[in-house]
Amino acid sequence: MTIDLTQFHDAFFDESFEALDSMESELLKLDTGSPDPESINTIFRVAHSIKGGGATFGFAEIASFTHSLETLLDEVRSKRLAVTQRICDLLLKSVDIMRAMLQAAKTKQPIAMQSVADLQFDIELVIVQRDNGIAASPSPTSGAADSSDATNTQSDSADEPRNIEWLIELRPGPSFFERGTDPVRIFRELGVLGALAVTAHLDALPAYQDLEPQRCYLSWSLTLLSDAPEAAIREIFEWLNADCELTVSTRNAPAGIDATPAAASDADAGGATPQIGASVVSAPRTATAPLLPVESAQPAQAAFANESGSIRVGVEKVDELINTVGELVITHAMLSQICHGISGPAAELLRSGMQQLERNMRQLQEGVMRVRMLPISVVFSRFPRMVRDLAQRLDKQVELKIIGETTELDKTVLEKIGDPLVHLVRNCIDHGIETAAARAAAGKNLTGTICLNASHRGGNIDIEVSDDGGGLNCERILAKARAAGLVDANDKLSDAEIQQLIFLPGFSTAEITTDLSGRGVGMDVVRRNVTDLGGKIEVYSARGQGSRFLITLPLTLAIVDGLSVAVGDQIYILPMMSTIESLRLAPSQVTSIAEGREVFAFRDEYLPIVRLYKIFDLTPRARALHEGLVVVVEGAGRRVGLFVDDLVGQQQVVIKSLETHYGRVSGISAATILGDGSVALILDVPDLIRNASLRAAA
Amino acid sequence: MPSPSIDPTAAAAVNQVLTFVIGDATYGIDIPCVQEIRGWSPVTRLPQAPADVLGVLNLRGSIVPVLDLRLKFGADNVQYTPITVIIVVSVMSAKGAREFGMVVDGVSDVIDITAQDVKPAPDLGATASGAYIRGLIPVSGRMVVLLDVELLIGKEFAAAASAGATQAA
Repeated sequence: MTIDLTQFHDAFFDESFEALDSMESELLKLDTGSPDPESINTIFRVAHSIKGGGATFGFAEIASFTHSLETLLDEVRSKRLAVTQRICDLLLKSVDIMRAMLQAAKTKQPIAMQSVADLQFDIELVIVQRDNGIAASPSPTSGAADSSDATNTQSDSADEPRNIEWLIELRPGPSFFERGTDPVRIFRELGVLGALAVTAHLDALPAYQDLEPQRCYLSWSLTLLSDAPEAAIREIFEWLNADCELTVSTRNAPAGIDATPAAASDADAGGATPQIGASVVSAPRTATAPLLPVESAQPAQAAFANESGSIRVGVEKVDELINTVGELVITHAMLSQICHGISGPAAELLRSGMQQLERNMRQLQEGVMRVRMLPISVVFSRFPRMVRDLAQRLDKQVELKIIGETTELDKTVLEKIGDPLVHLVRNCIDHGIETAAARAAAGKNLTGTICLNASHRGGNIDIEVSDDGGGLNCERILAKARAAGLVDANDKLSDAEIQQLIFLPGFSTAEITTDLSGRGVGMDVVRRNVTDLGGKIEVYSARGQGSRFLITLPLTLAIVDGLSVAVGDQIYILPMMSTIESLRLAPSQVTSIAEGREVFAFRDEYLPIVRLYKIFDLTPRARALHEGLVVVVEGAGRRVGLFVDDLVGQQQVVIKSLETHYGRVSGISAATILGDGSVALILDVPDLIRNASLRAAA
Repeated sequence: MPSPSIDPTAAAAVNQVLTFVIGDATYGIDIPCVQEIRGWSPVTRLPQAPADVLGVLNLRGSIVPVLDLRLKFGADNVQYTPITVIIVVSVMSAKGAREFGMVVDGVSDVIDITAQDVKPAPDLGATASGAYIRGLIPVSGRMVVLLDVELLIGKEFAAAASAGATQAA
């Protein structure tokens, strides 16, 4: 029977990448002096399951590498090898190499074998050095010990007294074989631990014509005579999937009494492997009877196998659901508008029904949105490693504090905010935090602190990246900006305005451009990424005390809080994130400057007025400024007063792409559907501001 | 294309064509790409769009552009009355199915045609509709102009995309 294993590759890759993430975070927590055995076990399990999967799915390079890694980890686990900084670094490097190999295998690219071989050599070197150091104890697992070697080693020690009789019940789920699990392999490994008797239960086997070849109908009872601890036995079953039921229990009877199935002694005499092969196909044996009461006495064991309460669902399924809920919201708005217009005895009932519907719908909407939400720790988790590596390379002492890592936000936002955050954190270490000597001179703690803080505020999420380093050097920024022609030599700028300059394209103040940062593409890309997500970024800095970058993002990309404004017969939606204030201007507040350009005083600055009807070529109801309203909007680092006829209201709108059936429209980011079923366009404020200044310049 | 070597079964295959009128002329499009036919309802204008792109419409939750085929084919003095019709068509593109609405004066009929019924169009020179004509079908003494919807929508989107790109730059 051949099964096309490629259909399980994606699941293998997904699981392996996740496992590597957890391995990395355990490694970073690892205390070199006295490692937590649980962490070591977690790390070992990752290597072990990737090795198993790699071998099963035919990724020989991955299996071979993880085998060496596993050997090293086994030495560490059994405390034959102390956890040193060198081993820690080796293991972290292994994580990178495994990621690269998996990525290559996933994209069907050739694996960069040279770096793999180098690292594998280093790992084996560490093992060999240990062997030379303590030559007295033979190490059964070091080197390329394959299972037959291990079997021999164990058979040698088979003369030792074994007085524990383990009773193991394995009831695989239906997908057992589909996942490439080979029970014979497991049994063979168990046989290494001691004398094993296997009984296959065939009672669930259907008639031949009903048999699905990929489905597992078998279950097994195993009796193992061994001095191995329970953990060692469970470990062999480690990479069984969660739908397998596994119970391991003991019968504290001394070995060799009548209850021991005859097969045990067979296995002892003839070697485990052929015996198992025979048992798998043999009829059920009587050994099951004494096992059952033991099993029911330990209900907790069943829970062991299904600890995970989550399911893996394709993103497109969730998106479909979100879209449907969006339709529902629109339909509801449509119905409630109709409801307002009717009267009669049934109308009251209808209205209360509609209210009930609205409550349920809101709950549904929130629930569905939450499905797409992931904790920001998914992104934050990469920083401990990055900060550690960078600080080491730059010879700085940096401590990373992470606050609010459970804060949840939309998966798409999450995926796109990773790179900007990496940029910011890199900048903090590279430019922000001073060297230990400089910090000592400034009377600061020698270790610099970088703080990542995420929190919810209203319908938004705030992500703050702050450091207690040198802060932004305003004079230098201004000098650079002038030299680069970004600022006119005579312009007087406030500190806050100077700090804004770092977001301009082509700006970099690093005295030595390192390979980490300083290519001058950093901050403007960061800002563009953030604004593309409908968010904004601000910088606050005090010389000598550090700087703080505050990113404000919408929780989701599916819904936006908007202000609806009217121009002529059209309704437009202004995202709340980019509006600051709306006001009615008296003619006296407006100053006309050259060629019909108008400005007005807002707080302590002069803002240009952008008439939306001119940009969109519409016939407005209000042409005189005092007849309409000016909405102060912010985008692309600038503020303008957007002149519209009127404000209509504030509402949450479901974002619909214009590009699905049409294309990009300048000044418009997307569309939405209003309560009456008509379409309203959502304004792209940064784009509008850019266009307006282009027009003014033309 | 009528050709003596053509497979008789293929030649006999019947296609259905939806015919509609714009001014005095009758046009036809293949039925399979027609999604629905709906009455005129006001659309939301798109800024800086070509004159024949009237705007966008909510089609069961999708935002669908509406093109006035009458304006596109050079008619002037078009009117939007309760009997004005929007034919919603769907074509496959590289980015998946794309839908758009075409405003016409009225829908007339569904006719069955075979490949032999379609006569090649004479070179009409640089007329507005000339670029989109797949052929001519004589039907009971009249002439139905068979349009290539994919060509129509493809050129429209290429124009929209490049317009958006230049303005965004």
